[in-house]
Amino acid sequence: MKRVVSVVALCASALLGSTAVRAADVEVIHWWTSGGEQAAVSVFAREFDALGGDNWVDTAIAGGENARSATLQRILGGDPPGAAQFNPGRQYEELIAGGMLLDLTDLATKENWAGFIRPASISEACLVDGRWWCVPVNIHSWNWGWASIPAFEKAGVDVPSNLDEFLAAAPKLKEAGVIPFAIGGESWQISGAFGVVLTAALGLEKREQLFKDRNLEVAGGPEVKKAIETFRSLKQWSDEGSAGRNWNDTTNLVVTDQAGMQIMGDWARGEFGVAGEKPGVDYACIPGPSTPPTVTTDGDIFLFPKQSDPEVERAQLKMASMMVNPQVQALFNNAKGSMPIRDDVDMSLADDCMKLGLSIIKDPANIAIAAGRWINNDTTGQLNDLWAQFWADDSMTVEDAQAKFVEIIKVAE
Amino acid sequence: MTTEAMTAGGAAARSVAIEAGPRGAKPQKLSASRVGIYAFLIVMALFFLLPLWVMIVTSLKTMPEIRLGQIFSWPQNLTFDPWLKAWDTACTGRDCNGLKPGFWNSVKITALSVPVSIIIAMINGYALSFWKYRGSELLFGILVFGAFVPYQVVIYPLIIGLSKVGLFATLPGIVIIHTIFGMPILTLLFRNFFSSLPIELFKAARVDGAGFWGIFFRIMLPMSVPITIVAIILQVTGIWNDFLFGLVFAGRPNMPMTIQLNNIVVTTTGIREYNVNMAATILTAAVPLVIYFISGKWFVRGIAAGAVKG
Amino acid sequence: MAHIAPAKDDLAVAVSGVAAPDRDRRRPFAKLQAVLGTTPMIATAVGVFVICILFSVWWSFTNSKLFPNNNFIGLAQYNRLWANDRWIISVNNIWFFGIMSMTFNMVFGYLLAVFMDQRIKQEDLFRSIFLYPFAMSSIVTGLVWQWMMDPNLGIQETVRNLGWEGFNFAPLARGETAIYGLVLAGIWNGVGVTMAIMLAGLRGVDAEIWKAAKVDGIPAWRTYLFIVLPMMKGAIVTAFILQATGIIRVFDLVIAMTQGGPGISTQMPAIYVIQHITDRVNVGQGMAAATMMLFPIAILIAVRALLEWRARAREKSV
Repeated sequence: MKRVVSVVALCASALLGSTAVRAADVEVIHWWTSGGEQAAVSVFAREFDALGGDNWVDTAIAGGENARSATLQRILGGDPPGAAQFNPGRQYEELIAGGMLLDLTDLATKENWAGFIRPASISEACLVDGRWWCVPVNIHSWNWGWASIPAFEKAGVDVPSNLDEFLAAAPKLKEAGVIPFAIGGESWQISGAFGVVLTAALGLEKREQLFKDRNLEVAGGPEVKKAIETFRSLKQWSDEGSAGRNWNDTTNLVVTDQAGMQIMGDWARGEFGVAGEKPGVDYACIPGPSTPPTVTTDGDIFLFPKQSDPEVERAQLKMASMMVNPQVQALFNNAKGSMPIRDDVDMSLADDCMKLGLSIIKDPANIAIAAGRWINNDTTGQLNDLWAQFWADDSMTVEDAQAKFVEIIKVAE
Repeated sequence: MTTEAMTAGGAAARSVAIEAGPRGAKPQKLSASRVGIYAFLIVMALFFLLPLWVMIVTSLKTMPEIRLGQIFSWPQNLTFDPWLKAWDTACTGRDCNGLKPGFWNSVKITALSVPVSIIIAMINGYALSFWKYRGSELLFGILVFGAFVPYQVVIYPLIIGLSKVGLFATLPGIVIIHTIFGMPILTLLFRNFFSSLPIELFKAARVDGAGFWGIFFRIMLPMSVPITIVAIILQVTGIWNDFLFGLVFAGRPNMPMTIQLNNIVVTTTGIREYNVNMAATILTAAVPLVIYFISGKWFVRGIAAGAVKG
Repeated sequence: MAHIAPAKDDLAVAVSGVAAPDRDRRRPFAKLQAVLGTTPMIATAVGVFVICILFSVWWSFTNSKLFPNNNFIGLAQYNRLWANDRWIISVNNIWFFGIMSMTFNMVFGYLLAVFMDQRIKQEDLFRSIFLYPFAMSSIVTGLVWQWMMDPNLGIQETVRNLGWEGFNFAPLARGETAIYGLVLAGIWNGVGVTMAIMLAGLRGVDAEIWKAAKVDGIPAWRTYLFIVLPMMKGAIVTAFILQATGIIRVFDLVIAMTQGGPGISTQMPAIYVIQHITDRVNVGQGMAAATMMLFPIAILIAVRALLEWRARAREKSV
């Protein structure tokens, strides 16, 4: 009898509880739709639902541009989602200025986000004029070279650690019947690879002067010229099938040892993993590829558009807090194959390449802040067009390309 | 001539046009030119089928085999898993239910939008042919002009407009959008159809005292069955395959199957499963394909019935 | 036969029917019904297309970024647009792509229709084969075409493996030829619909014409080319407009096959517009490009309206 009473009491209190704090649905728009990405987003969803009461309502829209457009259009139409994935950058600054986002400052202060989010530069994407407007959830680095160890063995040369060594080894690779440099001809791949070449040539300090301060002397200077020249010489080591090729089909050339090296962000690791390849045995991950190594702070963030329902707002804050939680960070980033935004996270499951990245990111001197922090999407787009054009059109001289580059930096906003 | 005779004459003319079969030379014995005709058609058909062949064999291969890059070869290890996965278990975000959750939404959107857009365009075409009023031609010119505008350009004002009337992200909202964007081509289609009808038909009905709606429902509607089939095919294809409008205007509970297809097929930095992609694409196209197969005859004869003869 | 309109009206009727006589002048009440009946059309034409296009044109003179705003900046967006290599290439491409696609589409559409009209066996099967690409998502069919034109995976490699070492077919690999690859895939995608419309037009041609041609001893090919084809203006114009709207808005196919590359050699105006108003967060620039896209079409329609107005004026004076 006593037990029955206590069960009733429990039920009653549960009921009371649920009337006091009404369960809210938080709709989340993201573009994580493929295998590993799905596992990662499920971590967030599961952990959020496990907190009790509120529900993660999943709206996956493949293709970042589709998902971001949908979010913006929904905000404009007065039907904003509860949370939305973006890339760190400046695309959402008008949303902040227009007061369309939930201010996370109180939560961030309470939990001392500024204290544990590292490197500090990634919080800049969310911290505008001292107020928090979004949550960084992971770090992806563009600055990686992925090399096939058997291909280099076949050519009888060592796996390079920077681009100069690679260019020296390229003729041997070609003689051995290997495509020395694998790249897909989509403009984002080309432009991303150029960004890597440019970072290696400029060094981090001058890179910051170039993109942050729009220093035209740097833009027109010898380092940029060298980067453009290096880029041109990389092209002669690529294959004729590169036009329009997807990045993963390009990675597959390295996986199958048909190609020597590809420059691609750390998500490429997933392709090697799926094909059953082992780092250090079948393939090498070369940070930079430069000496000293660098990592970029690309990755993903979540925005929380303002809601009319205070219950949803409460749930949004709960979700933001959950996303930076160390346990959730560990589960999420292990599934996603990205680096966590804080140091006190158990990444013992990570593979060797990830561990390498984690050791590099510890030193702030290695951090190349994603250029998208300083230049807007419009300028990034113009640069994409320029480098795609330069890559494909051999009649465009290095000087022409640099002049256009200076022009774009000059008018950049 | 009496009304009845006129109508009968018109109907006879129509039926001749509808029933008219191929006009070419009667089939003879196998002559050089017949061989040539079949050779041409078969070569063209092979060209058309080549991509479908690639899609089908790819959808029946395992991923390791696809990585070998033999795109035309028959699978060494035949597998139907990609088809099951595409329909049932492929991940489209947090949920891994394949294409099927959106199927009924697509059916719902298509089943509502197709009739609404066609009825409205039919009335437009009828009015533009027989009841011109001041400015009606200008309106039609604007519509045809509108057919050339990239959809994204006009999306912002439509979002604002629909949210003002409370229809943004609702089922009626997406029906309105499909009606708007289907209107130019459909109105053109129906307008040309009605314009090709004998004017005597209309005049006789007027003499009999029928009005705008009377003539429409009693004479024009029954005569426009074939052209309506054409319109249905164009609209079913367009609306079934629509991604952009469904994404923006349908609202989360009504999102069509193309969103799931897109989620299966598109990824920037994730893993791509080409076999599942191919199976999902063929599965998604199944509904319009079935419509083509079952209504192929009507399609062609519908147009023959005067839509495009002017 | 009564239902064949006078030839001079054919084109006008097909496009807008303006040359057709006003069929009902003195019935105000019935006309009111007509206006009421076409309310949705009026609302769409005025409320959507006119207003949206006017707004788009206005925003092209502003510095709108993420969301449209009203900060007038004159012609700055247009100056930037016409100084941009990518836009210039896009404009050249759309003319080239448009003329090539349209020509092949119309020629092959008509040819296929004529061949299909020869009392062939399995007509339904052939027609379905030519139509099926119309139903497929171009995201994936574009990828398949990309594979087939890939120098290492596709047709070129397969034919070379069969022993024809010198065979070359990889249009997408080079900037100068990539657009031909797009044209090929575009024709594959669209010619079935043109064929269906043409075939329908053929079958609608009066049976008497064929008899007369036969009596006169005119060969079949001449009948098709010189007698039947001119009678099908309506079919041609309908197919033309349908294809033209598709060509001008071409987006998915290019994104799936070349992403506008190699380099920027296969960029198209619609891609420029859409990228700028979405991911590049520059609505003003995108709207300027959209306005330029609609400019030639507006001129075309205006010229037609002018011709028609003159024709009507002449009619009145007669």
